[in-house]
Amino acid sequence: MNKYTPVIGLEVHVELKTNSKMFCSCSADYFGQKPNTHTCPVCLGLPGALPVPNKKAIEWCVMIGLALNCKIPLFSKFDRKNYFYPDLSKGYQISQYDKPFCQKGFVELSNGKKIGITRVHMEEDTGKLIHEGNSSLIDFNRSGVPLVEIVTEPDFETAEEIKEYLQKLQQIIRYLDVSNADMEKGEMRLEPNISLRKAGEKDLPKYKVEVKNINSFGFVSKAIDYEIKRQTEILENGKTPVQETRGFVEKKSSTVSQRVKEEASDYRYFPEPDIPPIRWTDKQISDLKSQMPELANQKIIRFEKEYNLSKYDSQLLTKSINLANYFQEAVTVGKKENLTPKQIANYIINKKVDTENILPAKLIQNILSSNKVGDINEEELKTIIKKVLSDNPKIGNDYKKGKDNVIQFAIGQVMYVIRKKIDTEILRKLILEELK
Amino acid sequence: MNKLTITKAKTGLKNKDFSAVGLTKACLDEIKKTEPKLNAFVTITENEALEQARNADKILNNSTIEQLNNYPLLGIPIALKDNFSTKGIRTTASSKLLEEYIPPYDATVVKKLKDAGAIILGKTNMDAWAHGSSTETSDYGATKNPWNTNHLPGGSSGGSAASVAANQCIAAIGSETAGSIRQPASWCGVIGLKPTYGRVSRYGVIAMGSSLDSPGPITKTVEDSALILEVLAGVDEKDATTSPKEVSQYSKNLNKDVKGLKIGISNDYFIKGIDKEVEESIKTAIKKFESLGAKIEDIKLFDPKYAIDVYTIIQRSEVSSNLARYDGIRYGKDRDSFEEEAKRRIMFGTYALSSGYYDQYYNKAQQVRTVIIKDFEKAFEKVDIIIAPTSPSLALPVGATKDASMFGEIADVLVEPSSIAGLSGINIPIGFSKSGLPIGMQIIGPQFSEQLVLSSAHQYEINTQNENWKKLEPKL
Repeated sequence: MNKYTPVIGLEVHVELKTNSKMFCSCSADYFGQKPNTHTCPVCLGLPGALPVPNKKAIEWCVMIGLALNCKIPLFSKFDRKNYFYPDLSKGYQISQYDKPFCQKGFVELSNGKKIGITRVHMEEDTGKLIHEGNSSLIDFNRSGVPLVEIVTEPDFETAEEIKEYLQKLQQIIRYLDVSNADMEKGEMRLEPNISLRKAGEKDLPKYKVEVKNINSFGFVSKAIDYEIKRQTEILENGKTPVQETRGFVEKKSSTVSQRVKEEASDYRYFPEPDIPPIRWTDKQISDLKSQMPELANQKIIRFEKEYNLSKYDSQLLTKSINLANYFQEAVTVGKKENLTPKQIANYIINKKVDTENILPAKLIQNILSSNKVGDINEEELKTIIKKVLSDNPKIGNDYKKGKDNVIQFAIGQVMYVIRKKIDTEILRKLILEELK
Repeated sequence: MNKLTITKAKTGLKNKDFSAVGLTKACLDEIKKTEPKLNAFVTITENEALEQARNADKILNNSTIEQLNNYPLLGIPIALKDNFSTKGIRTTASSKLLEEYIPPYDATVVKKLKDAGAIILGKTNMDAWAHGSSTETSDYGATKNPWNTNHLPGGSSGGSAASVAANQCIAAIGSETAGSIRQPASWCGVIGLKPTYGRVSRYGVIAMGSSLDSPGPITKTVEDSALILEVLAGVDEKDATTSPKEVSQYSKNLNKDVKGLKIGISNDYFIKGIDKEVEESIKTAIKKFESLGAKIEDIKLFDPKYAIDVYTIIQRSEVSSNLARYDGIRYGKDRDSFEEEAKRRIMFGTYALSSGYYDQYYNKAQQVRTVIIKDFEKAFEKVDIIIAPTSPSLALPVGATKDASMFGEIADVLVEPSSIAGLSGINIPIGFSKSGLPIGMQIIGPQFSEQLVLSSAHQYEINTQNENWKKLEPKL
């Protein structure tokens, strides 16, 4: 029994892939570009320049909120978050404080647990510091790129829950097509805050450790596992871990202290006077909702019902919206050829079909021709199978002992004899029949 | 020529009585002659101005009358307050911190002026960062009042107001956060129009109090202000706070007489300690309106002193954030290039926004601001416009701001309430004191009532044009 229960909350930043930046018309596609070529007076924060919000970015932020089951308040506004950092061109970041676009949502995990979404808000990215020898340079290409921040309640207890949540979140964002959410490119960044409380306790711990620099899915569990171990040791020694920000160190799979937070920073938030507050109508929100694509969780339920697929297959086929659309198109074409959705699903899943290069119509042709091989030569095939099984009595013996993987060997042997492309599923079925 | 109004200069240019180059040279000559005494400019752009004037002459010579209508300010030399960003021309906001800052872009106001054919003579002096009401806190030396150089021109658009009064230019552009157009116009005896917040774009104007800043014209006649406002007003896709409301042909609708016009007078605006000559002149001016058929009504407004507190908190809070970008990393100067006043405002605003104080100060100030807006709305249910003194005093002597950190707020007590409420207002000269200093009156109207404010002022102006004081000129 673990003595302590982890209390973990997550902040995720997602860079939107709008054409232009959040408050100016500069291109937001800065990745790999020459420094300071995607800039203008606004994102450079030059004297007198003013921000004009990107409508598309705001709509996308609201869509993310809707997809995360959030409430969308009809009144919202931007605020200035004042702090000093060399990559911050105006000396403040335009963000949202007490009136974010989206509030109080949730994401349901496969174990039925609901992770609360505290808020989803819109803000701007900062520039980037580049350190070269003794000098530090600033690249403002990223300055003003739209960022959506998604904050959860401290509802996570394990690294697995976090992983599943992140996968779900990434999938939703990709379904909405508002960001590629590529962690390696910094399009999706996470900051977990981790603390421990005694098992059975209800109150939140009095401290919180924030971990930064996690730039890959794989590192999330490592960082969290490390922190749980580290904090457990401290608590076991009768001490309380320090409230601080720690950085994840890739090479050692550990975290190191970066900045001790005595108390919450004072960002002196106040309403951004350069941007009038946003007032939505119910109609605008419902219009946005109607523009959203069917999301994975809805698709899974529909695939199970409409196509008679297993939950597992439905999950596999809805992994990306492109795959799901591909499958649906193939089902439509396949219907004319009397192929069932199940047959098509099996073929796509088992053959690991290259859906980017094989058009759905071609896929159906492939399925049909592979089936034909089985149909026409079934008698011949049975003869070959019989021969292979009698030549290799070990197959029958092993199978009786419950060594199922021997079937794969049998399939290989038959294929070797016929030297033809054939649907292995049908072949497997025939071999099993013969063995019985 | 440099004494001409925009209207008269336009006629002269059209009739080929003189060229744009000639007119520009006349202004530049006057600038050269009077600058040693006035110090109205931070930067004079002689070469650029002459180049623009040559271009204007080309257009004048090669265009039809119809084509010329696209250039409502063609060939008119204008002075620009130094907080308007000008592409390729340094823009300092009269602070040493920006001594070497050359903007790579034009403010929307500048772009509109250039598109209208105006000629930019240079950048006028102001209180550093527009923090003040004297132009004495400029890091480039004080500007002097053309009517008496031992006195201040007011501020923060003091350079622009002094330049117009001294006929260094045909017209000028200023900006007002609370009083910065109307108060120096009053002290210098010229017209100063503060448009409704959101009527004229702030894009490219170095921000002071972002929720209050309103650019506007400073001119020799009301008609000139109307002409410039026609050019400057309107929605700007680069300023999200500009209004999409239609822009009227202000200069063509000035001849509406004031018969039946309901004018509100509030006793609270004749504050204790007001200069007696100012008070008398305003009362005489009100009688003038009455004789023209206007109805004068006593109204009750909040004591303007409450506006000082509200304004001080909101403006300094915004200032503390707006000046954060001058952090020593860019612009070539460190934060120690801020002078006392800017430092005071940064500290004050930072404190007011700090957690634990935000509700007590900033939030409370915003609540009182709403009450003041409501107070004006109520007043404008009863009356069309409000008349009051612009400044409770005459132009104060040089040195008056020393050790007076709240100097501006007190000098601007009568213009702050209407600024906080985002209303439109104008200063119009109504006479001189015995000591020879100008006296100004303000006309305040509801939001977006520029047309009414301008036509009321115009009616007063044309009905007093034969008064003796109108013939006075500054002796420099």
